[in-house]
Amino acid sequence: MANAGTKNRPLSPHLQIWKWGPHMFVSILHRVTGDGMAFAGLGVLLWWLGALAGGPASYATFQWAMTTPIGYLVLVGISWAFFSHMCSGLRHLVLDTGAGYELNTNKSWALVCPIAGVLLTIAFWAILLLR
Amino acid sequence: MGNGTSIGRVRGLGSAKGGVHHWLLQRFTAIGNLLTVLFLVVSILLLPDLSYGTVSEWIARPVPAVAIILLVLSTFWHARLGLQVLVEDYVHEHANKFAAVAALNLVAFAGPAFAVFCIVRIALGAHA
Repeated sequence: MANAGTKNRPLSPHLQIWKWGPHMFVSILHRVTGDGMAFAGLGVLLWWLGALAGGPASYATFQWAMTTPIGYLVLVGISWAFFSHMCSGLRHLVLDTGAGYELNTNKSWALVCPIAGVLLTIAFWAILLLR
Repeated sequence: MGNGTSIGRVRGLGSAKGGVHHWLLQRFTAIGNLLTVLFLVVSILLLPDLSYGTVSEWIARPVPAVAIILLVLSTFWHARLGLQVLVEDYVHEHANKFAAVAALNLVAFAGPAFAVFCIVRIALGAHA
């Protein structure tokens, strides 16, 4: 019953059918960065708070892990995911009002969001490391 | 309501009734995330260093402690809503979907519970 009437019927086309555009990329990026942060970002957040609550020794372990090359990769990745997700999320809030669906406007902001995410990530780390 | 095509089986049933609530909460928590995570980002950049002493003294103060508790609640709630959509989009088998959403809900409460306990412990001077 659950699949009654669905056998051999045409389905709406999926990703591989469409010509790629920035709006598809930014949509997929929004999901990837969001779900990535849900695991890595919140995991590191809990580790950070747990290490602080555990005292100087556990905080030292956290600091050691986060300043290894893999640790920096994770932190840079989380910060990039945050800034990208923030930009594409703000884009979603604008789209929610019904604005920004004209083809050229939509394409422009779909291109601006991931670029702004990278620039904000670079700015964050530049300020943090060069201060 | 017929029992033929996919659309025939759902036509006339109306919405599932829970969608708007989920959608709105995703937006409300998004605004919460925007405010609280930017607070954390700016705080990280403004702190003189990120040593244990500096950070634990900072997070023990009332405003940062409350802000980070709100950050944890807002981000975990937002992640719970987002991951639920991920599960619903890609896990089609009913039992697996139920198990995934059940596990997600447990983690979405366990994570903030641990985080809030940690912040309260620091704020009430466990190592001061």
